Amino acid sequence: MRNYIIRRLLILVPVMVGVSFLTFSLFNVIPGDACVLRLGFGSTPETLKDCREQHGLNRPLFPISINSDLPLLHVQNSQYGDWLWDIPAHQDLGQSLAEGGAEVSTELERRLPITIQLMIMTIIFALVLGVAPGVLSAVRPNTPIDWLARIASVLWLSIPSFYLAILMITFGLLWFDWTPPQFGSGYKPFMDDPWINLQQFFFPSLVLSVGIAAVIMRLTRSAMLEVLRNDYIRTAWSKGLRERTVVWRHALRNALIPVVTLVGLQVGALIGGTVIIESVYNLNGVGKYTLEAIIRRDLFVVQSLTLMFAFVYVLSNLMVDVAYAFLDPRIHYN
Amino acid sequence: MAQEVALPLQLEEELPERGRRWRRLAHTAHRHPLGVFGVFCVSLLFFCGIFAQVDIFGVSLSIVPYDPLAINRETDVLGTLAAEVDAEDKQLTVVGSSLELGSSFDLETERITVTRLVSEIGDTHTVAVARGSSPTAHAEGVPLKHEAALALAEPSFSHPFGTDHLARDVFSRTIFGARISLLIGLVAVLTGVSTGAMLGVISGYFGKIIDTIIQRGVDILLAFPAVVLLLAIITVVGDEDSAVRRFLASSTPLPDRDFVGIPNFLDVFIVALAIGLAVGVFTTRVVRGAVLSIKENVYVDAARSMGASDARIMWRHIFPNVVALVVILGSVLLPVAILAEATISFLGIGVPLPTPSWGADLSDEKSRTLMLEGYWWPVFFPGFALSLIVLGFNMVGDAFRDLSDPRLRGSGLGGGGRGGGGGGSPL
Repeated sequence: MRNYIIRRLLILVPVMVGVSFLTFSLFNVIPGDACVLRLGFGSTPETLKDCREQHGLNRPLFPISINSDLPLLHVQNSQYGDWLWDIPAHQDLGQSLAEGGAEVSTELERRLPITIQLMIMTIIFALVLGVAPGVLSAVRPNTPIDWLARIASVLWLSIPSFYLAILMITFGLLWFDWTPPQFGSGYKPFMDDPWINLQQFFFPSLVLSVGIAAVIMRLTRSAMLEVLRNDYIRTAWSKGLRERTVVWRHALRNALIPVVTLVGLQVGALIGGTVIIESVYNLNGVGKYTLEAIIRRDLFVVQSLTLMFAFVYVLSNLMVDVAYAFLDPRIHYN
Repeated sequence: MAQEVALPLQLEEELPERGRRWRRLAHTAHRHPLGVFGVFCVSLLFFCGIFAQVDIFGVSLSIVPYDPLAINRETDVLGTLAAEVDAEDKQLTVVGSSLELGSSFDLETERITVTRLVSEIGDTHTVAVARGSSPTAHAEGVPLKHEAALALAEPSFSHPFGTDHLARDVFSRTIFGARISLLIGLVAVLTGVSTGAMLGVISGYFGKIIDTIIQRGVDILLAFPAVVLLLAIITVVGDEDSAVRRFLASSTPLPDRDFVGIPNFLDVFIVALAIGLAVGVFTTRVVRGAVLSIKENVYVDAARSMGASDARIMWRHIFPNVVALVVILGSVLLPVAILAEATISFLGIGVPLPTPSWGADLSDEKSRTLMLEGYWWPVFFPGFALSLIVLGFNMVGDAFRDLSDPRLRGSGLGGGGRGGGGGGSPL
């Protein structure tokens, strides 16, 4: 197991280098470098030169030099090399090109708690909305409960989260004169005021969770149907155990294994979801930050954030595989 | 379940071949009403997408009542002339109106502006006016017509889904949106799935270094959350000056603007290609997995021992075995691609706004603000259409799964799982 994890981590290294290379080159093929974008095409050569020096854009792009006094491969003194090197060495993710030039790491410190809380609450909602109806519909197949759950799941799966959010905001206001608590300005950390904080996060995470809950519900249902056919369930019944014990203790425990992995695999969707939901609900989290940076063409911010997302995503996929082996002793990696 | 199956089987013995097939289809449809509904929704998408506006072989056919980009106008009758006017008159007497200073109206073909209010007796107004460029005489009782943009009209008989804040017909835009969605979905899936299948076959068949190179590339692209990757690629490639865009515009027959009724055709096409990339990455991984097991078959060894080339083995012996998988992947990824387009357009990166894309219509800042004031229709209907289409695809998928494997009823894993295009529910 340990060898497996180490090997997977080693494979991660070239993947992350590839990811960083791709992000970096992607945003450096736009004509006009960061300073041109910032100062506009009408700026004088002098101000451009100053700006380039200030942001280090006069260095070569990549740490490979031909026909130069530097060695062929040199980690430092290139834009790409320094960007990658500064992340582990100085915890420096770069600086925004926008006026004021906030450090990416400072911004993250402020915004990460919002996004992480949104994601955690979304997963909790998705599990609550997904597992219980999934189990009920598997235990009572082809009954009204089952039909209801299945129709709900296909509806939840089909309605895009941004549309659901817009509908809830609009018709909440029009029919019930209700507006979601304001986040834009007055975000309250959980430690300061848990009640207000939960109110603020309730609807964004509920909206975001619906799609994931649908997938969880369907998976729970099929896994339960599969498990309930097993011999040990028949044994449990024949021992005269109560239905509650058979279903929740014997069957669900085994049915939940694929569900756990599914939740892990939804991290990519969750990151995409936070980009959408944070911009609809005006939550100042990392997702909104990313979208704004992409629209502004704020190269340094975008490349660092993308790298971070990819890292989190890849790591979560690894954790899913490891968790799978822990939960199901029959699985061996070698 | 056994009884349910046994009964139609007995019937089938007595029916001729043709009738039996229809009977079975009817039976299937009866047992899967939701699937039938799904088929209906998907057909609706294709129907609206294709026939939104057809202009081929000199025949013009259109199911949209109005141009989705045009401003709709309405004509009000402000009143009628109380006395006849000749070409030189600078004053008009009007019955039944409340003309204001500066307001203008049409009198037959002449445009007239009010410059001064002279008198008002009951219902009859006398106003001084500036006449049009070529004033003519008008008889008594001619109506004063006023034409204005019909912005934010409620859903009515002439505009079933109302009009938006730019006085465009929402019904026409919604129908036309099906064309954008269909076009992007089909282009993305066709390019993505075909390229991905090819790479997957090559990667799985050759193995070793070729496999490693392709699969590490796939790993890298799969490491990005799909939304973030699409946003980044479209921002870069869709840029006015980007090399890819210039290449597509100059070296391919793709029209830069206006094509099949779609303004900004090139932007739409670039969005489709970017989504195709995400679709292709996912397809490569899945097809490669299938090829790994297919190439172990004896007939592959037999073909090789007969001296068949690698290309021939891949084309004649391996590819036919993954065709079914590829077709299924394509049909599963089509709604995913459509949803992806709507999502990035909603975020303001995808299809640019005058184009009637469902996602872009939902992103319109002005419409969303107005929605909170009660003008819900310009945003509600495009989103509803989008949800309905995705719902349709999901229901078809569920019914298909039930038919192919009744054990897994309603277990649908579609859209879930690992991967680029299919990275979970929103994308």
